Amino acid sequence: MERLMMRGGAWLVTALVLLLAAAASADWAFSVHMAIACLAALIAAFASVKGFDFIGQRYPALSAQAASTYDDDLIRLGVIATVFWGLAGFLAGLYIALQLAFPALNLNLEYTTFGRLRPLHTSAVIFAFGGNALIATSFYVVQRTCRARLAFPGLARFVFWGYQLFIVLAATGYLLGISQGKEYAEPEWYVDLWLTIVWVAYLAVFVGTIIKRKEPHIYVANWFYLAFILTVAMLHVVNNISLPASMVGSQSYTVFAGVQGALVQWWYGHNAVGFFLTAGFLAMMYYFVPKQAERPVYSYRLSIIHFWSLIFLYIWAGPHHLHYTALPDWAQTLGMVFSVMLWMPSWGGMINGLMTLNGAWDKIRTDPIIRMFVMSLAFYGMSTFEGPMLSIKAVNSLSHYTDWTIGHVHSGALGWNGMVTFGCLYFLAPRLWGRQRLYSLRMVNWHFWLASAGIVFYASAMWVSGIMQGLMWREYGADGYLVYSFVETVDAMFPMYLIRAFGGLLYLAGALVMTVNIWKTIAGSPLREELPMTETPHNPEADRPAVAVPAE
Amino acid sequence: MAKNPADNKQRIDQPTGTAFVGHEWDGIEELNTPLPRWWLWTFYLTIVWSLVYVVLYPAWPLVNSATEGVLKWTSRGQLAAEMKAAESDRAPLVNALAAIPVEQLVSDQKLYQGAVAGGSAAFKVHCVQCHGSGAIGSKGYPNLNDDDWLWGGDIGAIHYTLTHGIRNPDHPETRQSQMPAFDGILTPAEISSVVAHVQSLSGKAKPNAKGAEIFANNCASCHGTDGKGLREFGAPNLADNIWLYGSDKATLTQTIKQSRQGVMPRWNDKLDSVTIKMLAAYVHSLGGGEATPAAEALAPATMEAKAANGQP
Repeated sequence: MERLMMRGGAWLVTALVLLLAAAASADWAFSVHMAIACLAALIAAFASVKGFDFIGQRYPALSAQAASTYDDDLIRLGVIATVFWGLAGFLAGLYIALQLAFPALNLNLEYTTFGRLRPLHTSAVIFAFGGNALIATSFYVVQRTCRARLAFPGLARFVFWGYQLFIVLAATGYLLGISQGKEYAEPEWYVDLWLTIVWVAYLAVFVGTIIKRKEPHIYVANWFYLAFILTVAMLHVVNNISLPASMVGSQSYTVFAGVQGALVQWWYGHNAVGFFLTAGFLAMMYYFVPKQAERPVYSYRLSIIHFWSLIFLYIWAGPHHLHYTALPDWAQTLGMVFSVMLWMPSWGGMINGLMTLNGAWDKIRTDPIIRMFVMSLAFYGMSTFEGPMLSIKAVNSLSHYTDWTIGHVHSGALGWNGMVTFGCLYFLAPRLWGRQRLYSLRMVNWHFWLASAGIVFYASAMWVSGIMQGLMWREYGADGYLVYSFVETVDAMFPMYLIRAFGGLLYLAGALVMTVNIWKTIAGSPLREELPMTETPHNPEADRPAVAVPAE
Repeated sequence: MAKNPADNKQRIDQPTGTAFVGHEWDGIEELNTPLPRWWLWTFYLTIVWSLVYVVLYPAWPLVNSATEGVLKWTSRGQLAAEMKAAESDRAPLVNALAAIPVEQLVSDQKLYQGAVAGGSAAFKVHCVQCHGSGAIGSKGYPNLNDDDWLWGGDIGAIHYTLTHGIRNPDHPETRQSQMPAFDGILTPAEISSVVAHVQSLSGKAKPNAKGAEIFANNCASCHGTDGKGLREFGAPNLADNIWLYGSDKATLTQTIKQSRQGVMPRWNDKLDSVTIKMLAAYVHSLGGGEATPAAEALAPATMEAKAANGQP
């Protein structure tokens, strides 16, 4: 009890300090942020001291009788948070796609300009949707593959709620115009500090659980999760080293200057893709694909070799984002060759995922969740081939700064990260809430086709748009002069922008179908009445040529 | 490779015929499948390719610089080579354009077409901001596709305007004229009559005798007695249906009260002389280009001489 009061008191003091910071700041956006943080601290203080049997009530997972089950409260919250932030992120994406086609949708308000909504979209899908999926699945997987409950359950709850606060501060910051101008690392110094605290707690919970494992070996999914957590911590800290202009202000200056700053930024940016969106999601794949397919992992040896080669090579590939810039030629060369060597290590994950279906390929016909996983691995393979290809300087000189990059990113993000996450959510929902199965498998199938069609529209529109844009920029007339002005290339891309937005609409529609399905599953609605996902009938007796029967 | 525990002696996965490794986590097992050969060899191939590449190209960082690579390639070198190649491709056209007086350019059709192509590219960079893409202009910025010219539409006049600009205070040779602001010179009632007269010139209002009289005394010296304008002063034709600022009553009243002082930058301090010639050819080619007056075609130098006070 005393400990609880201490904890509540600490939160109260924190809230007071934050309130003072809000009052002391001359920068109103900073004041808003401090007020949000103060509110969060008050909620934490209230939650800490509410009731005597606090642990038993609030964290039933901690009580003695729960020791025989896994600590899944947070994972249930994580599934809901993933669905919620996914919808928010996809909606923001659709809106900014329409802004590009119809600039009037900027609404002539600073808060709703493309420049502020774009980081809202990218952070919502990568860090809110993807991050929640990673945290929730990592807590689920690490417990089951270690046969141990989460270490530091209180800290685990702090990780989840602290991460949600990070998302809220980041998102509101973008709308208020707070940004340090680093792509995928826009939040300012105080939000970065907060995320560092949350992330170190995350590392402690994860490593603590692995240490108390009851299995002799550490499963491959946990290698990938650990690589993701450790590397993201390092990337985040280094890229965000900066000096605040004021301790009560939302402005800071990075310590890196010029091209060094650019290199650090893209070392971060590329490895955010490599370790957040690749290693972390491969960890999800390594648990959920074999579980859903009920098949052993294809190759243990491949998992070792591709894990270490991926980890070693990815970290050097960042300079390919800075081809033909002030970055020295030698660094560009290294960024390119490491990217090319990364091709096969990346594909190792695809092979291990797809070939795990050996002996269960028929499930693609009958199991829409497996279908989702297979499609995600196919897009993973495509993106990880396209990536090395785009890193080759000759290709990059055409593709760089064009929509081709956007197409590449989205075939990876919508295809690989999105689809594998949907598959995991469909796997988790019935198990976490103790349901017989999902509310509807037909709706999963609908989601699969809506999302797949959406990706095809999106990616192909951006490929066409990007290559057209690149070719128009470089087109010289017979007399040796540039043929197109910039604005003509923008005008030419308009139809592609409409198709892209249509693709995004389909993808969002698929996510809405998923939301209903998972909602109904959680609510325990009776299973939807629907035809089962059957195989096509096949009668081997009838499958033969007509042979003349000799007359008797 | 795998050290199989005794209880797992080469347990075989039936569908694939592959041995298990022997580990198990939450029901997940692993097969002892060897690395796919094609995967391994492709991986080796990318490594070999990379090794060759880093020998050929700048790659290894040293203390103060980096290895140069056997090919001695640099991105700056590549840019310089590409620019040089592009320049030498254009050299015949550029040299010919540098040599020919702009007034004679129209008669050399091949050279003229080359200049129009180059001018089109330069226009998209330097001119569209005011004149719009397609050179259709906007309020205060003339449409360059029609045959209504403020300062002259033959290629020499266009070239002069481009070179020296309009109303550039730092440049004595610039196109210069100043319409007075009539607010205070004329009473509001008089201005209103002049507006009516000006509108009547293009049939937008009934004739206004009082306005016509005021016009004759105050405006005709520049705009001409018939209101058809005078190019020496850049004074627009008021009798047609092309309006730079607008023909409605409010706009005309504002124009007369406060006057208009449209400015175009001179380009002779920003662009080379060949590019300016190209721009002149391009603007001339848009549709309203006029033939060079006979006298000037023969003796282009006279035009420059006449321009001493800023007017050709």
